[in-house]
Amino acid sequence: MGRVLPTLQKQHAPLASGAEQQATLATVPLARSFKEALAQSSLYPLRAIGVDILQINVGKKCNQTCRHCHVDAGPDRTEMMPRDVMEKCLEVLATTDIPTVDITGGAPELHPDFREFVARSHAIGKHVMDRCNLTILLLPNYSDLPEFFAEHQVEVICSLPHYRAKQTDSQRGEGVFDESIEALRRLNAVGYGKPGSGLVVNLVMNPVGAFLPGNQTSLEREWKRELKHRHGIVFNNLYTITNMPISRFLEWLEESDNLEGYMTRLVNAFNPGAALGVMCRNTLSVGWDGQLYDCDFNQMLELGVAGDVPRSILDFDIAQIRHREIVVGPHCFGCTAGAGSSCGGATVN
Amino acid sequence: MMDHYYNAKDLARFSEIGEEAGPLWQKFNAWYTAVFADGALSEREKALIALGVAHAVQCPYCIDAYTESCLENGADTEQMTEAVHVASAIRGGASLVHGVQMRNKAKQLGM
Repeated sequence: MGRVLPTLQKQHAPLASGAEQQATLATVPLARSFKEALAQSSLYPLRAIGVDILQINVGKKCNQTCRHCHVDAGPDRTEMMPRDVMEKCLEVLATTDIPTVDITGGAPELHPDFREFVARSHAIGKHVMDRCNLTILLLPNYSDLPEFFAEHQVEVICSLPHYRAKQTDSQRGEGVFDESIEALRRLNAVGYGKPGSGLVVNLVMNPVGAFLPGNQTSLEREWKRELKHRHGIVFNNLYTITNMPISRFLEWLEESDNLEGYMTRLVNAFNPGAALGVMCRNTLSVGWDGQLYDCDFNQMLELGVAGDVPRSILDFDIAQIRHREIVVGPHCFGCTAGAGSSCGGATVN
Repeated sequence: MMDHYYNAKDLARFSEIGEEAGPLWQKFNAWYTAVFADGALSEREKALIALGVAHAVQCPYCIDAYTESCLENGADTEQMTEAVHVASAIRGGASLVHGVQMRNKAKQLGM
């Protein structure tokens, strides 16, 4: 893999701080605040409806430094979920009816206890999802991951912004496309994406620039046709995800003079139907240090859960957390624009 | 009074044209939306056609709108540039093919 850039943190850039990102977003003039948009649709205050997904960010270390990354992940990041926090996550999963654990990072596979965590989660009957950057599967110590994933019925969710190399490499780094295609071939080889295998591989595409993703159904049809035709690759679903004005994408928006235009685009495309289906309503996000957030985006902005609820997984109480009020800000327009956006793609047909 | 004819911000005011003839605007909108929906052609293919036509009719609003639409629908600049060439080729060819009419007329008039 060619280009690997230093993270914002490594560069000591102001936007490495969540507070600074919040302050930057607050300077953008908007026609209405997110709270006002919710209120005008009778959705304020926004409340969780349960916890169906425990999304666990096990660390910020990654073998890539994608230009749009909201985590500011990269090889120079050292944050890793400590053992006691990981054990507590497993305890919470074992003692609640939360059906799904969604493991993210960074590249979550780089966590030394990743495989144990997956195996134990699967053993207690949880559905395990892994957010995989694909290129990790080509590294020497990780090349057996496709077989490991298959053994534990892991749903693999992979990033691939386009079925052509130019856009993918532009967003994710030179050479990433070719490596991603090879990784997908290896997943296909163990049955992922094949009818009847029960092994699910989904692709995630983020727009390569300051615009919204198109129609998910239409794009999925084209992605399937083109990846099959060009590379013989099959997959299950394509998820379109709107780029969030956070971290490195926020930095790019500022540098390219796109920030105000992009935020205006998001605000103008506010869709109450998408707001109703935002993922924070049924997901709880856990940071590498155990802190709790309404979503992975709030996590990167250092906006912890609010109200009379535990702040850490170490003090977890499902009864208190289940119907908490969601902490919102201008970045939330990213999840409610157009057909909506979530870790599972569009939220409105 | 404005001292120029095109303003990028006017694109967002397109719906104001419906203020004087609401039913016609609503019919146009419904038809327009249906035209661009996924069908025998994908939304990406339709956006590329629209981009080419936008250049042929030289509408800056349409060029802005369908550049963004092409990107949203997964087209890349290589495909978009080819679409503009297609539009340009048809425009150029349309001029050139009228040369036959010129030749016909010249032949009729000449000795």
